[in-house]
Amino acid sequence: MTILKIDKKNWAEGLTAAANTYRLFGPVKEKDYHQFKALEKGEMPDLDMINTRLSPKALLFPQSEAMLECSLDESRDDHHIMKEIVRDDKPRAVVGIRPCDAKSTLLVKLNFDTPDVQDPYWLGAYHATTFIGMACDTPLSTCFCTTAGCGPYHEEGLDMLVMEQGDAYLAKLLTDKGKAFAAAAGWSETADDSAAFEAGRKAAEDRIVSTVKTDNLAATDLLELHGAPFWEDIAFSCINCGTCTFSCPTCWCFDIQDEVHGKSGVRMKNWDSCMFPIFTVHTTGHNPRDAKAQRVRQRFMHKLKYFVDKYDAGIMCVGCGRCVRQCPVNIDIRRVCEQMNSFKTAESCAAEG
Amino acid sequence: MQNPYLPYPVRIDDITVEAVDKSLKTFKFVFLNDGDEEKFAYQAGQFAELSIPGVGETPIGIASSPVEKGFVKFTVNRAGVVTTHLHNMKVGDVMGLRGPLGNWFPWEEMEAGKNVLIVGGGFAFTTLRSSIIYMLDPANRSKFGNIDVVYGARSPGMLLYKDELVEWEKRDDINMHITVDATDDPDWKYNVGFVPPITEQKAPQGGDDAYAIVCGPPIMIKFTQPVLEKLGYAHDHIIMSLENRMKCGFGMCGRCGIGKELVCKDGPVFTLDQINKTPREY
Repeated sequence: MTILKIDKKNWAEGLTAAANTYRLFGPVKEKDYHQFKALEKGEMPDLDMINTRLSPKALLFPQSEAMLECSLDESRDDHHIMKEIVRDDKPRAVVGIRPCDAKSTLLVKLNFDTPDVQDPYWLGAYHATTFIGMACDTPLSTCFCTTAGCGPYHEEGLDMLVMEQGDAYLAKLLTDKGKAFAAAAGWSETADDSAAFEAGRKAAEDRIVSTVKTDNLAATDLLELHGAPFWEDIAFSCINCGTCTFSCPTCWCFDIQDEVHGKSGVRMKNWDSCMFPIFTVHTTGHNPRDAKAQRVRQRFMHKLKYFVDKYDAGIMCVGCGRCVRQCPVNIDIRRVCEQMNSFKTAESCAAEG
Repeated sequence: MQNPYLPYPVRIDDITVEAVDKSLKTFKFVFLNDGDEEKFAYQAGQFAELSIPGVGETPIGIASSPVEKGFVKFTVNRAGVVTTHLHNMKVGDVMGLRGPLGNWFPWEEMEAGKNVLIVGGGFAFTTLRSSIIYMLDPANRSKFGNIDVVYGARSPGMLLYKDELVEWEKRDDINMHITVDATDDPDWKYNVGFVPPITEQKAPQGGDDAYAIVCGPPIMIKFTQPVLEKLGYAHDHIIMSLENRMKCGFGMCGRCGIGKELVCKDGPVFTLDQINKTPREY
């Protein structure tokens, strides 16, 4: 595994050079919060940020994305025939993504890249993107990545992992995409310092103070968990605002809507949320998840049970803590996970006597 | 990579008003582009997204049968934005069709000479029509045992596909049990009564060699289930087609989940056995 040493003096220069090959995205502070955005010429990602308010999922899965278009002008031969909107899948790189967010792309990929059907919009963006991760040395009190299948120096989903070391950055080249980015940036000085990554990882992991237990989720009966007595209590304070689903890097649900502008029609893919009653309401008015508690249960069951059972790839959560920090009524996925994981079904109670 | 969101362009070739209150119309579509019909190869029980550019999409069961070539048909209840718009469209109009989507009735299992009982209510009879046409096709009829059909509507005027019902009545290789909830027609010569009791009276016994396919409104399904159990149909031989709000139709947008199963992708066809293992959020 190649490790590069990049003098901080050469960092900006390297990114500027890479910008000739890649469209660069990165975390930038706007007003009070950091967010991922396309970097203007010469603009640098702010690597001091702890985490962005919204996850970078929009880089692959925009909050609102035009997919198809057509003319509604009946004087044209091709009116009312939908066509694909040409996508911009030129190489791009997201610089400064946290390992938790990088891991989340792999979980979302399970949904958009299936053996039968592939989403060309998500996958087009995914394949076009090089993920340059920034190791996380100052985790927040709400971070629980180490017990959510991830970690502050986790490499899954990344092409390059960068860590800070004094006046320099050390960059581990994890994939060919990572190597190509380093070449485009002109970074080539190697440093045989995997010990630094190991030490950094240990130190950062020791700073994670928050954990979840997930060991019983797979074995617990799905229907019994669905019928557990705690859902009303968990949902009591929920106001169905959808902040959790919008800020979550792994929430992938979406809506499809047609928009008409004059004589042209556009078919859009928009983020949606299982917290909203309209998400599931039938045309008849019947709604299978009419009650708030049913919707709250759906979110947690999807993340911590249905996903676990369906993919055998852990929980649908990377422990970024955004939903914990931003929920206006302090619903905490760590506490819900604990309740679900420690839930005793009738059968297990009987077995224990 | 094929774009699963992109519909095939189709033209409305014919529109039939099916119900006396005009709430149900059957739309016959032909594909505009050569080769699209072959790509749309489907099985009875599947559905498709009817796609009206500038308006939206709606998931509807395919009413035509795989053995009918040159067109596809859908019977649509006027209910929401897209279906109301569709009801106002005319022959010759161009729109889109996306699919086929979802799974289908277990033909491979049933074609081993099994007896098939079809129980349908209201406008859910569409994919059942597709199935009956398929089973009665000369190339297929010998693959099945007895075929019984219990089909009910609110009144005689609300029955779908009346010409075909009359034709099937005359045949001796299919037993039709048509019923209406009520009628003031003195010449009505079929059954009067709800689907569950008519099923109890008319349907053959279940068993290892018998399958029941049930499609209808929730209340009909609720009361038909105990009848089928009483008749001896096993839970893994009771086949149902579910509905939920859908958008993508191929398992990505997330809204039609009933537990870890998605109605659009893992269904819409499930056995009662499978449904009993889900939280039944439909």
